Amino acid sequence: MTNYSILLLGTIVVPLVAALVMQVGGSLSKATTRFFATVGFSFPALASLILWINFQPADPSGYDYLIKLPTGLEGLGIYLHLGLNGISAPLLFLSGIVGLAAGLYALQSGAERLQQYLMLLLYMQAGLMGVFASVDIFFFYFFHELALIPTFICIGIWGGRDRHSAAMEMSIYLTLGAMLSLLGLLAICFQSGVSTFNMIALKDAIAAAPIEGASQNVIFGMLLFGFGILVSLFPFHSWAPKGYAAAPTSIAMLHAGVLKKFGLYGFVQVALPLVPLGAVHWSNLLAWLALGSVVIIGFITIAQRDLKVMIGFSSVMHMGYCFLGVACVSILGAAGAILTMMAHGLTVALLFLLGHVVYRRTETFEMDDMGGLVRQAPVLAAIFSGAVLASIGLPGPGLLNFFGEFTVFTALWDFNEAFAFAAVLGMVISAVYGLRAVACIFFGPHSEAFEKHLEENAVKDITVAEKIPIFILFVSLVVIGLWPRSITDEMNRALEAEFKTIDAELATLKNQPDESGIEFALSEKTQRR
Amino acid sequence: MNWEFYKILAESNQWNAILPEIALVILALSLLLLDMFGGKSGRELVDRVAVAGQIFLIILGFTLLRNNLGFLNQETFAGMLFHSELGQFMRIFFLLSSLLTTYMGSVFLKKNQIPETEFYVILLLITAGLMLLAQSNHFVMLFVALETVTIGFYVLVSYNRDKSNSLEAGLKYLIMGGFSTAILLMGIVLLFGVASNPGLPGSSLHAMKFSDLHIFLQLNEGNLVAKTGVLLVLAGIAFKIGSVPFQIWIPDVYQGAPTPVTAALAVSSKAGGFAVLIALVSGPFKPMANLVIPVLSLMAIITILFGNIAALAQRNVKRLIGLSGVSHAGYLLIGVVAIYSVPTAESAVIFYLITYLPASYAVFGVMAHLSAAGNDDLLELGDFKDMLKDSPFLAGVLVIGLGSLAGIPPLAGFIGKLLIFYAAFQAELYTLLGVAIVGVVISIYYYFGWIKEATFRFWKLPVLEGEEPELPKEWPEINSLTRVTLGMLALLTLVLGLYQGPLSSLIGG
Repeated sequence: MTNYSILLLGTIVVPLVAALVMQVGGSLSKATTRFFATVGFSFPALASLILWINFQPADPSGYDYLIKLPTGLEGLGIYLHLGLNGISAPLLFLSGIVGLAAGLYALQSGAERLQQYLMLLLYMQAGLMGVFASVDIFFFYFFHELALIPTFICIGIWGGRDRHSAAMEMSIYLTLGAMLSLLGLLAICFQSGVSTFNMIALKDAIAAAPIEGASQNVIFGMLLFGFGILVSLFPFHSWAPKGYAAAPTSIAMLHAGVLKKFGLYGFVQVALPLVPLGAVHWSNLLAWLALGSVVIIGFITIAQRDLKVMIGFSSVMHMGYCFLGVACVSILGAAGAILTMMAHGLTVALLFLLGHVVYRRTETFEMDDMGGLVRQAPVLAAIFSGAVLASIGLPGPGLLNFFGEFTVFTALWDFNEAFAFAAVLGMVISAVYGLRAVACIFFGPHSEAFEKHLEENAVKDITVAEKIPIFILFVSLVVIGLWPRSITDEMNRALEAEFKTIDAELATLKNQPDESGIEFALSEKTQRR
Repeated sequence: MNWEFYKILAESNQWNAILPEIALVILALSLLLLDMFGGKSGRELVDRVAVAGQIFLIILGFTLLRNNLGFLNQETFAGMLFHSELGQFMRIFFLLSSLLTTYMGSVFLKKNQIPETEFYVILLLITAGLMLLAQSNHFVMLFVALETVTIGFYVLVSYNRDKSNSLEAGLKYLIMGGFSTAILLMGIVLLFGVASNPGLPGSSLHAMKFSDLHIFLQLNEGNLVAKTGVLLVLAGIAFKIGSVPFQIWIPDVYQGAPTPVTAALAVSSKAGGFAVLIALVSGPFKPMANLVIPVLSLMAIITILFGNIAALAQRNVKRLIGLSGVSHAGYLLIGVVAIYSVPTAESAVIFYLITYLPASYAVFGVMAHLSAAGNDDLLELGDFKDMLKDSPFLAGVLVIGLGSLAGIPPLAGFIGKLLIFYAAFQAELYTLLGVAIVGVVISIYYYFGWIKEATFRFWKLPVLEGEEPELPKEWPEINSLTRVTLGMLALLTLVLGLYQGPLSSLIGG
């Protein structure tokens, strides 16, 4: 335990304390509220940046900054055990930076009962940091739920159209997903034979004695559907666009940008290394569903006329790439999934934010009622176009997205060429809806409705206050995009260690395909790898 | 039975072992005296004396009486009572529950202008009965203690005698309670008859003692009469815990009973049933695993599904919480079933009950404050509208209580469910686990529906010209005592979810 470990603990504790102050402090003055919120949001961002830069795992497990505290569940082998490895360090930074941007935007949102709003956002932020900082599977799940509760309440109070039904649908759907994943995680701990929730100990135990093949299939099945629901895998996605459309902007940014990554992170960090045979068994179905996410949802996205709903669908679609990466059960696929997660987390947060900045000027999300905004807001138009290019994955602002998707396609080629062909179609689809949105909103003549709106209101270009969170997200996106080694070096090391045991386990499967009864899932391609 | 026998019996009457129960009865009697001779000022003191006396007993229970004056893990009263650690724990549990009911009663009864003294007296007697019930080691003791509790509740349920709903609830509870008592008694008699039959192996003169019955059942696992007896006893207890098919009384009785009594029914009565069930399952009925496990499993499945599905359509909050309580009985039954293969599952059930107490009292406490005088049976979900905006403290307590009942991290209820699931995993009860998950998902609809009413923003029609604006709803004044009590309950729920250190001796793999 070093000072850095305490810093890691601080990324969770500081926003939590800031939230508690707001909750029990009665009605605080505006300046005090702003102060606590700013501290609560900037500390995790800065700390996660420092932790990422300083990341040098000396521990043989590949983890750094380990810290272990008892909370009373020691009897079950559960500790508040924090630490970072090459996979979680960049994702912790992602959640810190998106949290900062969302928090800064919430501060200027002018929401009613701002103190309560910021309080709930801070709780969510604490949970988000905890998800990626946890080494203990129980707390990994626990922090996810901690972040989920504020989402429902915020949608219900500060949401837009249809917020009641959207919040209810989301809560029921996501509880189902969370419960299934909880069962899957519990099952892993029991089947491993060591009765611990510690990810490092579990990985060691499973490297020594893998879980039996049939159990692996059941466990991965539960995780597939559980995490699949949480990450809005097609066809369990229906809550996502509805929920995001109804959610206030900062919540949509945090949920789509970070919280949704919980399931994918769980696949890469927990499911693949611990139940690899199960992953291979289900990989075909997972790949088909993921392809559905990319292609079917892609076409649905094209049909959307509401900007916020469109961004919501596009986020469902991009998750499809990550799932395709996971379905490959290869080091390249997993790496692609994580790169895409980083890229998408930053981009979708940026798009939701910009979507609301546009809404402030047009007072509608209907793209048909906009048009020609570039004349009033040229800078906004430039930034928005940049964000859309980033989301499509075009070189330049979209380098990070490009690297992620490119890695996924490469991995997919090894898995099955046909899937790779079909998935590339997705890039064209994103270009269609993305560029068309830019055209509809900013170019062409003013639509009638917008003309009328302009007569009554003075529409100004983007303000400095709005630029700050946008700048934070954009710079992270471009810098990491230009220098992806900042992620990939350490991630590669972590994944290589992980896949050493996975490949060893898969090799045993190849030697005795008859007994396990799951050989049909191993296509020739997988075996060649 | 000769003179010697009675001598032994008399010598084994260690009255010290039941000092807390005796103290409760003395407290109850002194309340009556205070009411009778204390005049007006004495009558006003009654609730304070009741509360102070119970707090004193709880502190005593935590400190001096921890090992029950040396009687821990010993039989007293010729084997009538056995002072297990579970029993000691349940004593404090019932005292806490009774204390909170007393407090709620003082709020509720004053608001409705109903005489108070008898309420506290009966409540204290019920509590004494429950405490003995949790320690009973003999079917006669069990029956007498259970009847003391049930008869007390007959009175309390219809305590609000000006309300027809309360009277109706009392009558329903009386009929259904009498029915279940008859079933239970029939079961006990069958067990007694068969177990004291000298022609059968393992028969005993003291066949009603748990340990003797255990030996008998071990040797006569397949005996039809014994099986019938066990089933009937389980049925009698199923009525107490409100599990299907003996849940039929719950919605009406919960709705009609005064809110504090509903709370006591939901927490104390249910916990009492489970204390007995744990004692039976890990004691005399242990050899009957082949019979009890399928029966309880089936009951758990139907109870979870019925409770949750029936609660979906409720708008009246007391009916809703009653039916949701049915589903909680189902989750707890899973833990009870797990005890057969994993003895540590007992602590999971207890932990669940611990988390259930503060969460339930938090919700009931908010309800008691919110219901208008004379209308406590008509509180609907819609009455909670705008609560977060206008009465943020009560709304916060309500959300924490409901969230814990729904089993949402980071609240205590989640840890309770986790421990039950953990035990079920260890016992390999996968079907029950699956049903429990389905139940939890269904329950989100009504728990979040309630939270939604209390916290979400609702559009209001704009006031047109010439229309009277709607009068703003009056929210109850909250005094500092309420703040402290409800705040403590909410805090306890939150802290137990985040840090289980003080109870870690209960949690073990």
